[in-house]
Amino acid sequence: MSRRRRTLLSSPHPYPGRLIAVEGIDGSGKSTQLQLLERWLRARGYPVHFTEWNSSRLVRTSMRRGKRRNLLTPSTFSLLHAVDFADRFIYQILPPLRAGMVVLADRYVYTAFARDVARGVHADWVRGVYRFAPRPDLTFFFRVPIDVSLDRLLTGRAKLKYYEAGMDMELSSDLLESFRLFQGRVLEIYDELAQEYGLRVIDATQDIAGQQKTVRRMTGEVLREYDRGRTRNNNGRSPIAS
Amino acid sequence: MEDRPSRAKRWYGHGLPYLDDKLLPGHLIVIEGTDGVGRSTQIELLRGWLELEGYAVSNTGWTRSPLLSETIADAKAGHQLTPVTFSLLYAADFADRLEHEIIPALQAGFIVIADRYMYTAFARNALMGADPEWTSEVFGMALVPDLVLFLEIDLDTLVPRVVRGKGMDYWESGMHLALSSDIFDSFQRYQSRLIAEYNRLAGEFGFISVDARKSVDEIQAELRAHVSEYLRRSAATNNEPAEDALLAALRKV
Repeated sequence: MSRRRRTLLSSPHPYPGRLIAVEGIDGSGKSTQLQLLERWLRARGYPVHFTEWNSSRLVRTSMRRGKRRNLLTPSTFSLLHAVDFADRFIYQILPPLRAGMVVLADRYVYTAFARDVARGVHADWVRGVYRFAPRPDLTFFFRVPIDVSLDRLLTGRAKLKYYEAGMDMELSSDLLESFRLFQGRVLEIYDELAQEYGLRVIDATQDIAGQQKTVRRMTGEVLREYDRGRTRNNNGRSPIAS
Repeated sequence: MEDRPSRAKRWYGHGLPYLDDKLLPGHLIVIEGTDGVGRSTQIELLRGWLELEGYAVSNTGWTRSPLLSETIADAKAGHQLTPVTFSLLYAADFADRLEHEIIPALQAGFIVIADRYMYTAFARNALMGADPEWTSEVFGMALVPDLVLFLEIDLDTLVPRVVRGKGMDYWESGMHLALSSDIFDSFQRYQSRLIAEYNRLAGEFGFISVDARKSVDEIQAELRAHVSEYLRRSAATNNEPAEDALLAALRKV
């Protein structure tokens, strides 16, 4: 079964809105970049909707219980995140996309493709599970070496999380070493995904403002066609003030 | 799907690669059938009988995993589920029981009797309008059971049993599908579709059908006959010639 089935990720979505996602390992700075992008888009008058990985209320109890008692296996970890994504997809991603808004997603299905496969589930299985997910108009992959992300995480909150460090994989009993091994594997898979799905790679070791400049430029390009549609709908009034 | 040794269990789809090397000498026996058909009564009787025969038995049900039972109950109470989240929640629950109950018991050589299996999800998802190809991809992590016994019933026999028994329930009546605002009417429509879908699956997956309109004792006798037959065949193939040849070859070395 090496032949990969076509999924919605292989072609552009049909909705009037735009979907922009950020990906990267923990500590890559992707959330900071997305927040800055959101501010910029809002200031320019775009109708923006923000949604974030693992935030639906539906599986919160199960996820918390599973994580606290280390009950999660690679398959249940994967499926619980899929429930979270599906719930947010139906209530938070699809309606704004259909209503013509700009949806900003902090992590998208590629997170599952990277992390769950690093945990040992089959790469084609997890792609099948997420088959209902449409392709974003633009996905940024914030690429950063493990040591840089570790530095950022350790200065930020001084403690690594159990699953984030892949401690459930029993790669090492040392939290730091486990993080390096597990996130190293995740990073390798992200590199493959960037090729497979055309993710836009951003060097996340650069300074924040420099990265944001690139992010805004690429976003502007993706929104050009969208702006034309909006201009028509707004009686010639451009949403971009400048 | 790669070929695996005949004694080993097979995955339904892509499986769980990190468990590929586990030896599972136990037996996975599934009892399928719609709501109110008498599955739990029959399973209790089967279990008692098998234990008397000297087999260690482990039961597993549908939506009983400690990880998800609460979430599923909450979600059902709030009716915020859609076909996709509904299917995935059940898949997560199934995976939890697969990895924490079914596979460990099979590893320990138990007979696992599963009260419903992935086929229940296949039937329900199909009725909700979820893409059947997607459903079977999601359940690609499941083990193929050794034996599926299907309690087959018709709607006219089922209705009075359910009414006399625990009564009609919102979900089992398919009220979430908005087939009818009347629960009795909805139950009839939903269950007749469900029965039709189970019958289709029975053909597709080669279930062994047992007529569930018969008495409890008659049904039990038939189930035991099928289980005995399966266990006999399994014991016979376990003394595989290939394995004997391998052992013989090893002795020579």
